[in-house]
Amino acid sequence: MGKLKVKIDNRLIEVEQGTTILEAARKIDVNIPTLCYMNLGDMGIEHKPGGCRICVVEVEGRRNLAPSCATDCHDGMEVKTHSIRVLNARRTVMELMLSDHPFECLTCAKSGNCDLQSMAIKFGIRDIPYEGEKSTYKPDTSPAILRDVDKCIMCRRCETMCNDVQTVGVLSAIYRGFESVVAPAFERNLDHSECTYCGQCVAVCPTAALTEVDHTNQVLRALADPTKTVVVQTAPAVRAALGEEFGMKPGTLVTGKMVAALKQLEFDYVFDTDFAADLTIMEEGAEILDRLGKFLAGDKDVKLPILTSCCPGWVSFFEYHFPDMRDIPSTARSPQQMFGSIAKTWFAEKIKRDRKDMVVVSIMPCVAKKFECTREEFATDNNPDVDFSLSTRELANLIKRANIDFNKLPDEDFDKPMGESTGAAVIFGTTGGVIEAATRSAYEMYTKKTLDKVDFEQLRGMEGIREATVDFDGFSLKIGIAHGLGNARKLLEDIRAGKSEFHAIEIMACPGGCIGGGGQPLHHGNSAILKARQKAIYQEDSGKPIRKSHENPSIIKLYKEFLGEPLGEKAHHLLHTSYFDRGKEIVIEADVKEENR
Amino acid sequence: MSAIKIKLRENDLQQLKEVCKSFNNEAGELINVLHKAQGIFGYLPAEVQEVVAQELNVSVAKVYGVVTFYSFFTMVPRGKYPISVCTGTACYVRGAEKVLDEFKRILKVPVGETTPDGKFSIAGLRCVGACGLAPVVLVGDKTYGRVAPDGVKEILKEYEDQ
Repeated sequence: MGKLKVKIDNRLIEVEQGTTILEAARKIDVNIPTLCYMNLGDMGIEHKPGGCRICVVEVEGRRNLAPSCATDCHDGMEVKTHSIRVLNARRTVMELMLSDHPFECLTCAKSGNCDLQSMAIKFGIRDIPYEGEKSTYKPDTSPAILRDVDKCIMCRRCETMCNDVQTVGVLSAIYRGFESVVAPAFERNLDHSECTYCGQCVAVCPTAALTEVDHTNQVLRALADPTKTVVVQTAPAVRAALGEEFGMKPGTLVTGKMVAALKQLEFDYVFDTDFAADLTIMEEGAEILDRLGKFLAGDKDVKLPILTSCCPGWVSFFEYHFPDMRDIPSTARSPQQMFGSIAKTWFAEKIKRDRKDMVVVSIMPCVAKKFECTREEFATDNNPDVDFSLSTRELANLIKRANIDFNKLPDEDFDKPMGESTGAAVIFGTTGGVIEAATRSAYEMYTKKTLDKVDFEQLRGMEGIREATVDFDGFSLKIGIAHGLGNARKLLEDIRAGKSEFHAIEIMACPGGCIGGGGQPLHHGNSAILKARQKAIYQEDSGKPIRKSHENPSIIKLYKEFLGEPLGEKAHHLLHTSYFDRGKEIVIEADVKEENR
Repeated sequence: MSAIKIKLRENDLQQLKEVCKSFNNEAGELINVLHKAQGIFGYLPAEVQEVVAQELNVSVAKVYGVVTFYSFFTMVPRGKYPISVCTGTACYVRGAEKVLDEFKRILKVPVGETTPDGKFSIAGLRCVGACGLAPVVLVGDKTYGRVAPDGVKEILKEYEDQ
């Protein structure tokens, strides 16, 4: 097929057949504004309902204005993106949208990061000439996500993420016309739905219709309480993204500055979730080898493939949608929960504090972690192992509130012992990282040989589903990797159908893994940002002196002093969990008499 | 310990599954399946929507989205004699609203609801394609044409002793 010649704002450009006006314009740096449109190119996620009408342009010879996101170019097309007719139409669309939007910008959680707000600024909107009905809807609070539907502009990006990408199917547009909103079935609250709290809806919401539940004030209160020892842990993916909140280039590693900031915020101990990630590898790696050993010895009942279990969105997903398969994932708790469990036992003993006088805070790239730490099984005497989980965005907010000039902070080191970690732990932050870390340790434990090269390039990348074979000294370990719950579903359905040939599978709920988590700085649809964060994660790994979890001196000490052996009794009690059947069940009711119908 | 339990009677469940099966359990047939299901149950309670979602392998949120989008579908049990007053353009200009008001006045229920005795329910409807008979009223499957407000009482009388 030949190229098409198109003229946009009097500039000639040649494009392929099937290119939309919006894409063509962006090629020559004409940035037509969009609101409902979303394109995460590398993930194969595109959303262009043509609903908001902000991206309209004038096409010569066409009677009405064309939505540029959903109109293909044709040869000889002449387009004007900023004629007076277009500008007026755009302004009217914006004004109508704002006429049914709460004016809460001063107190809104999304202020400064809101696509609708920046659009209003860009268009120079100074007043709203339309006074009409305002829709009102009940707010919905869950342990992790807040829905304030009055702020919904019906772009329906969340619906695409929830249904097409994640296949969770909780959110849908309901009703029609002015009354239409996005909501769970029967307008139940999220905590009465099958929501996994993966937070991808929050990550793409242009306004504050969907936000994470804010726990910053509880953390500030704990920090101000002299009777509490406040311990903080930071997840691997946070250090690769936090800098963006302070104007740094995506992919800037800010590990040292982040530690310095947390110390200035007066956390008593600044530790690293990476420590617990190394611990996870000890347990999960041992479990992989245990199941593999049984399998190779001819045990027919052993459950393979083994699935990773560090991602709380993924754990909820299989509890809801694949409860019949809940004996397949590893029973190892997530690093966040392993950290909490060890902090309030081993470390509490060390500093001679009661668990009730300790507050464990986690900084996570995630909103599902907020739900995870409220799970009953992760508490002792009603005292949770992890008290509060903050997102990367919430941490940035705390730092700004404390008048800390983040960019000028010196690099500082994590405290010991729970701040010591290896390169294997930091790669937990990206898709493929957990299984690579497990492979590094499992290889050495299985073959009793030292790895020459710890980088398993075949496990890395951004493809939604990947597979690789690793040679374990003659035994071919088949590994599967999926990120995004829709991709996870495909692998699970294969397992259910008995078609899976993998021995081990890593699954992360969010596209890209934790670097693309629902609690990260908003990427506003730019997938290059995720790639930059991924690069930063591998960069931190390769710069670490120790790159295998089982060589972490503090982990070795922990087992020696306290835990005993991986999969041992104490480890089982403190570091493992069991899963619940949360699937829907049809209950047959006794026949009611016909007249009662 | 399932979180959500869907309570249904055996017979209803079987009927519903058969309806889905008659459409090859295809997701694209959702509207047709819901149409049939409402024909059987008179309305579409949450349990019915849950089963349809499971059988057609679509999310229940989507099913609920469709049910709330089309005014034909209802989650409220309809009366023994469901009354639909067409308020499409032709019927509207020929006085359908006054006819609708008269039904509301006599039965003392608003549109979309059912009388306490379960006998009548009132619904608005957009065009039944019988514009030549405007304004049109449907009671169950029976069609009444050129209905005037003072004819409403007479229509209701037909169902009084039934």
